[in-house]
Amino acid sequence: MKNKVYNSFDEAVADIPDGASIVTECWGIPAMSQNLIAAIKRKGVKDLTLITHNFVPLVFYSEDDVVNLAHLLPQLKKIITPVVGLQHLGAGAFVKEYVEKGLEVELTSHGTLASRLYAGAAGLGGIYNPVGVGTILEEGKEKRVIDGREYILEKPIKPDYAFVRAHKADRLGNLVYWGIYRADQPVMAMAAKTTIAEVDEIVEIGEIDAEHVITPSIYVDRIVHVPEGGLGSIQRSKQMVERLGENETIRKLLFR
Amino acid sequence: MKEKLDREVIAMRAAKELKFGDYVNLGIGIPNLCAHYIPEGVMFHTENGALGYGPLIREDEIELADPHYVDAGGKYWRPVPGMALFDMVTSFAMVRSGKLTTILGGLQVSEKGDLANWNTGAGALGGTIGGGMDLAVGAKKVIVTLEHTDKEGRPKILKKCSYPLTAQTCVDLVITDLAVIEVSEAGLILKETAPGWSVEEIQAVTEPKLIVAGDVREIDLE
Repeated sequence: MKNKVYNSFDEAVADIPDGASIVTECWGIPAMSQNLIAAIKRKGVKDLTLITHNFVPLVFYSEDDVVNLAHLLPQLKKIITPVVGLQHLGAGAFVKEYVEKGLEVELTSHGTLASRLYAGAAGLGGIYNPVGVGTILEEGKEKRVIDGREYILEKPIKPDYAFVRAHKADRLGNLVYWGIYRADQPVMAMAAKTTIAEVDEIVEIGEIDAEHVITPSIYVDRIVHVPEGGLGSIQRSKQMVERLGENETIRKLLFR
Repeated sequence: MKEKLDREVIAMRAAKELKFGDYVNLGIGIPNLCAHYIPEGVMFHTENGALGYGPLIREDEIELADPHYVDAGGKYWRPVPGMALFDMVTSFAMVRSGKLTTILGGLQVSEKGDLANWNTGAGALGGTIGGGMDLAVGAKKVIVTLEHTDKEGRPKILKKCSYPLTAQTCVDLVITDLAVIEVSEAGLILKETAPGWSVEEIQAVTEPKLIVAGDVREIDLE
């Protein structure tokens, strides 16, 4: 059996070169592969293409609390995403300076991105998507009428790497998630050439019931354990949630 | 100055469109407020992969917030028996399946039912596409809530949207602080009016010509 368990995050990202494409998730803090993002930042690789459902700066937290995708901005060449910043906080204003320096932003929709990753994962040549017809998303793309309805050809995405945040992995790489942060991670793991998972727990083979496996081991190449209480750990996420009420803006955004 | 309906009342009126057994996705803003008025037996859907989840955590119960249970807008909710979790390929298949009803916020709606709700024309990075385009195209019924006019008093219901579109001919029903308007092939049908507002006054702040329903009446929240 091939050993997929790595001892450090730096080791797990050691082969990622300049110019690589990386897909990763940002649907809530526990869903983020913070340690792998931090490792990529330490490594300093450049000209990365980042694919993510939410490219959002977490302005209420320091980098000691949360390492988020906005911290990688100086290392990026291109972002593919449906969300650049938050609407009520001025949307994409925080990337303006990088866009002026050449950062490319390709906008998409959540459903389109999920489908493009699925097409990449499943060896399809693309998808004909009804979403985006008559909008900026159709610009420069082939259109086709099928059974009287208009569609846009959206091409597959096959990232070089996926950073996946799962709850548990067994030593083979079978993954289970926890709550809502499953989100797009299963298809990200399927679409990438190399998938690296950071997990709360690594268990022995057989400890995850086959009926409960969400991401089968074939899609997982490397596994790293998130140290208890460390960056990105569930303990840290819980502490941050407990502190949410202290910030008036957060109270207004999330609880009213 | 005559009174317009406030955001809570718009939300109450929109929530009336939902019934027992409906599956619904609520957009950010006024639509989110509908959650407080929705009848029993309506199931919530969120883009990041949950169906039938519990009520949102309120400000006076923040200690109940669990980091693993948030909606697409980052709001925390309670897990409840009967809910289902799934990945986003499944979630957006659901969005495009025609099985969901959606209530979305709006910046502009056209007489054909085109919706603009993500960008005020400030460049591609001036707004957030998110899952709004998917919902507008894929839902069984698209209800749009918005204020009838902008801050300068200009109509938001137009012959043609001037802002970048979210989707073409997708809107079924528009609920504003002045009126309830149905989108039909013949045009926009004025169905209900805010208390104290006449049909003529509403027409005066609406760009396309409204068809007045035979049974046009005051907005009813009962």
